[in-house]
Amino acid sequence: MAKKLKRKTQKVHIAFTLNGEPCEVAFAPHKTLLEVLREDLNLTGTKHGCELGECGTCAVLVDRKPVLSCLVLGLTVEGREVTTVEGMQLADGSLHPLQTAFADLGAAQCGYCTPGFLLTAKELLEKNSKPTRDDIKEALSGNLCRCTGYIKIYEAVELAAARMRGEAAEVPEEVVLGLK
Amino acid sequence: MRAFEFHPAHQISDAIRSLDEANGNARICAGGTDLLSRLKDDVDNPERLVCIRTLPDLRYIRNDKDGVRIGALTTLSTIEEDAYVQKQLPLLHQALQVTAAPQIRNQATMGGSICQRPRCWYLRGPFDCLRKGGKECFAVYGENKYHAILGGHLCYIVHPSDSATALVALNASVKIHGSKGEKTVPIEKFFVGPEVNILKENILEDDEIITEVFIPHPAPGCRGAFNKSRERQSYDFALASAAVQCRMSRGVCEDVRVVLGGVAPIPWRSREAEAVVRGKKLSAATIREASEAALRNAKPLTQNDYKVDLTKLLLTKSFQQVSI
Repeated sequence: MAKKLKRKTQKVHIAFTLNGEPCEVAFAPHKTLLEVLREDLNLTGTKHGCELGECGTCAVLVDRKPVLSCLVLGLTVEGREVTTVEGMQLADGSLHPLQTAFADLGAAQCGYCTPGFLLTAKELLEKNSKPTRDDIKEALSGNLCRCTGYIKIYEAVELAAARMRGEAAEVPEEVVLGLK
Repeated sequence: MRAFEFHPAHQISDAIRSLDEANGNARICAGGTDLLSRLKDDVDNPERLVCIRTLPDLRYIRNDKDGVRIGALTTLSTIEEDAYVQKQLPLLHQALQVTAAPQIRNQATMGGSICQRPRCWYLRGPFDCLRKGGKECFAVYGENKYHAILGGHLCYIVHPSDSATALVALNASVKIHGSKGEKTVPIEKFFVGPEVNILKENILEDDEIITEVFIPHPAPGCRGAFNKSRERQSYDFALASAAVQCRMSRGVCEDVRVVLGGVAPIPWRSREAEAVVRGKKLSAATIREASEAALRNAKPLTQNDYKVDLTKLLLTKSFQQVSI
């Protein structure tokens, strides 16, 4: 039975948990989660990249799992829990150990890919406190970085993991200054 | 992305009614990873999206006496992490590990994974190609590096799904709900080549949704292997892949299913290769003969003859892995 359909452009209204706090937002129904976060909630830490699911820079956590916000309709996060890079800080307001380690090791250069890497790595460390280099590579395989060559990113995740386990981890001098 | 009417469904019957009344102008939205890229590229322009991720009870992996049942909304990462799948269905586990990126596996669903549209750039670009109801397949004389070498007929897309390749090798079946009721179809009958339908890759009608994928328990002595080649190592669609599920008894291959991915418009079952190895020991010579047989009827286009040797190599590797 055919029925005349009507394309809706008026705004829709949803409620969800954003970075640990209740959030309500109204937006056009065909917007992606990425667009809702950036344009309607002014959280511009999440970056626009390829829009195709190939680069990982728009990764956010939905129900604690990393997903690509450019491939999620905003409407589908109703009632769910979303974490962006703005919500990574610890309860006392200090940086997450991953953020500190990225800064210490220069794992961010232009910084455009960094939020996606941080959130994806955060979930990895929550389920695996002592990941091997291969575990890290696999977990981050959906994130592209065109500056660092990845090595510093892997090292930063290892450093953050060690610090989170309470181990005294030193930053090797050559990592920061290069080989003498 | 253009505007659309958004219908979240809370019952299977709601979803079907909503699809049915849209008369072909609705698309199903589950994980959304493939759908959203098509909408953004403006190669699909539905008036309505029927969101089925709100359906209850379609997220499960259940083991019963016959096999394992996977609810259509189960994400690929959940299946990949499942202990039974890891132990008893290594072929599927291996295929999922090399499917897309981890973030996409957290979103993509079992049902959606096998319903992905092909990645052919003419289909996904502003070209009025045969699969979109046009008059011509631009891949024949155009850029056809990633296109089909087997089973092409007027249209030369390749099926993009790794899980589909694995599921055909595992003799899975698909449960479908629609206006006319419920049916279960062997997965091999689910996919159709361009000679049957040039517009679609499967038999799913406009008013139907997949609700479950069923994989029978492998018989004792079964072994499986999946190998895939990608242009980019971190993650990519298959240039080619080869799945072998084989029941071995005293070194002899008693029963076997061989399926090739990334080389044909559907997951390509190679009965030619199966016939070579059935009832034989998997010696180097037999494996070579089977790999040759699988690609004997390959008809490469102008830029993709590399796929012939690549597929033979992947198939050889899969056979070697199950023979050890």
